[in-house]
Amino acid sequence: MIAFLIKRLFHALLVMFVISVIAFAIQDNLGDPIQQMVGQSVPESERAVLREELGLNDPFAVQYLRFAANAVQFDFGYSYVFNEPTTDVILRHLPATLELVAASTFLIIALSIPIGVYSAIRPRAWLSRFFMGVSIIGISIPVFLTAIVLIQLFAIGVSVTPFPADTGWGGWLNDLLSTEGGMPAYGRGDPVAVFGTWETNFASLKGLSYLVLPAISLASIMLPLFIRLIRAEMLEVMQSEYVKFARAKGISLRRIYFLHALKNTMLPVITVGGVQIGTLVAYTILTETVFQWPGMGLMFLDAIERSDIPLIVTYLMIVGLIFVITNTLVDLIYGLVNPTVKLTGKPA
Amino acid sequence: MTTTHSSVTRSSTTSRWERFRDSYLLYSFKRDLIAQFSLAVFILLVGCALLAPWLAPMNPYDLAQIDILASELPPFWVDGSDPTYLMGTDSQGRDLLSTILYGLRVSLIIGFGAVAMQASLGVCFGLLAGYLGGRVDAFLMRMADIQLSFSTLMVAIVVGALFKAIFGGATFSTYAVPLLVLIIGLAEWPQYARTVRASVLAEKGKEYVDAARVMGLSSRRIMFRHILPNTLSPIFVISTVQVANAIISEAALSFLGLGMPETQPSLGSLIKSGFDYIQSGSWWITLIPGLVLVVLVLVINLLGDWLRDVLNPRLYKG
Repeated sequence: MIAFLIKRLFHALLVMFVISVIAFAIQDNLGDPIQQMVGQSVPESERAVLREELGLNDPFAVQYLRFAANAVQFDFGYSYVFNEPTTDVILRHLPATLELVAASTFLIIALSIPIGVYSAIRPRAWLSRFFMGVSIIGISIPVFLTAIVLIQLFAIGVSVTPFPADTGWGGWLNDLLSTEGGMPAYGRGDPVAVFGTWETNFASLKGLSYLVLPAISLASIMLPLFIRLIRAEMLEVMQSEYVKFARAKGISLRRIYFLHALKNTMLPVITVGGVQIGTLVAYTILTETVFQWPGMGLMFLDAIERSDIPLIVTYLMIVGLIFVITNTLVDLIYGLVNPTVKLTGKPA
Repeated sequence: MTTTHSSVTRSSTTSRWERFRDSYLLYSFKRDLIAQFSLAVFILLVGCALLAPWLAPMNPYDLAQIDILASELPPFWVDGSDPTYLMGTDSQGRDLLSTILYGLRVSLIIGFGAVAMQASLGVCFGLLAGYLGGRVDAFLMRMADIQLSFSTLMVAIVVGALFKAIFGGATFSTYAVPLLVLIIGLAEWPQYARTVRASVLAEKGKEYVDAARVMGLSSRRIMFRHILPNTLSPIFVISTVQVANAIISEAALSFLGLGMPETQPSLGSLIKSGFDYIQSGSWWITLIPGLVLVVLVLVINLLGDWLRDVLNPRLYKG
């Protein structure tokens, strides 16, 4: 167990090292701190002195070590645009993204498990077929398009009049197909401050209403994947000997499905799912752009737009850290939960 | 090329066409309505894209044909439309049907180009890793692991942002098509590498490989001429899904402003430019190209599903 733990931690450190080298290479080649510090009017001779003083002429390895030493203390320098430490900028935007991801994760878990289990138990029911059909359509719709359609339907509203409105049924059908609109689809509204820079949308109904459309959009990209995964794994488990045996013993079907089968279904779902929750961070960039949600993704795009190199580098490092932590945790949990994993053996 | 690698091979005296005619691939295709429908729609879309210069009512790249006064006209079934513009016009007065046809072409070129890019990278790395093993294998697969642990979209966004910073906005726009092919190719090669490696490992121990080695053939020849043909069916299955992924990735990059410029729009940049006008009620500029994109990706995914069921390769899980 200890060997497994050390191996995983070593792997995580290695990945962080690679990420930091890439991040530093970006900073080294693209950002010119002198230009940002002194502006246009300072002569070249003074720039050279300053460059020497700041150690910008040192070899790559020396500069990298300095960068890494600062990075370990979460010091990535100052943002060109905001003129404050980049970590402060990130911390200010982090809660918005985390709340969005949390709300989507909740939606995904709450919907995918019942739907996946149902369509595995009754694979031929028309409802299961409907869910499977919807999920392959869901996979084919890019997340930003889902977001735009949601905005059109629930924020702007649609009024269609294909049926004669003067008859009773025509008006009723028109009303049925039209939507009201009016859902907020821009920014976070007025989130309630909790402590420090952390403001939350979960505290009030109004705050939650701002979260609804972005969270549904973000969830829509992962939900089909999870439904299909849970269904496939559950179908496999249902074929196994121990489920047949439990059925032969006369245990109630509900108990078999939810106690015996679901438990073993969740094992692969945890591994794939844990990694996917990490990749949700990537999709927040798209969702936040559509809804102008003031999180890290929107901030990152702004930083690219304005060539704010230190902020870009910090974002890469922090997101890299989030990925590495989730992946390592998922690996460790899987190792703990699944007794068949060879803890010390070479990974397959 | 799709047909010659059918999983069923008869005696070598029969012609390729006869082998195809008797194959299980064709048999199951004839019985699968969804696959037939998907293929028909896919061919229709590709045909429209290829014939865009002849089908489109106007050339959206030609500034002389654009009438700014005719901007934001709705499609034909909405009041206030102009019959000249069947699907309406966008904010710059370009005929939407024409821009969609041209945009579809750009999206398909990038989609297939990016898959060709990632397939050639991934197949080479996968063959090397699987056949040589040892340190090469460990290094390449660790790289693939690291890249996959970030999502491919994230990698594509970061690489795209870097390219834009390195080359500057103007150069990036000029060479957007090859650059996007490169970006998406670099972001998604691990999928191929892992699939190819897994089937190379399965093939490596077989007798024909030993025989080839005893005959003194070079490693390169064994890898590309002997092992590679036997790993084609999983490669083929993931290729369909990867084309769909590449098209979505391109659309996402363009939507974020890291892809095709508005002067030479793909479906993604059409959606992006239309999104700015959705609040003013001009929903068609963004939703009609969006619908085309979804239909394109959906039929490719459906074909991929069917192909996976038929060829049923042991795909690398995870």
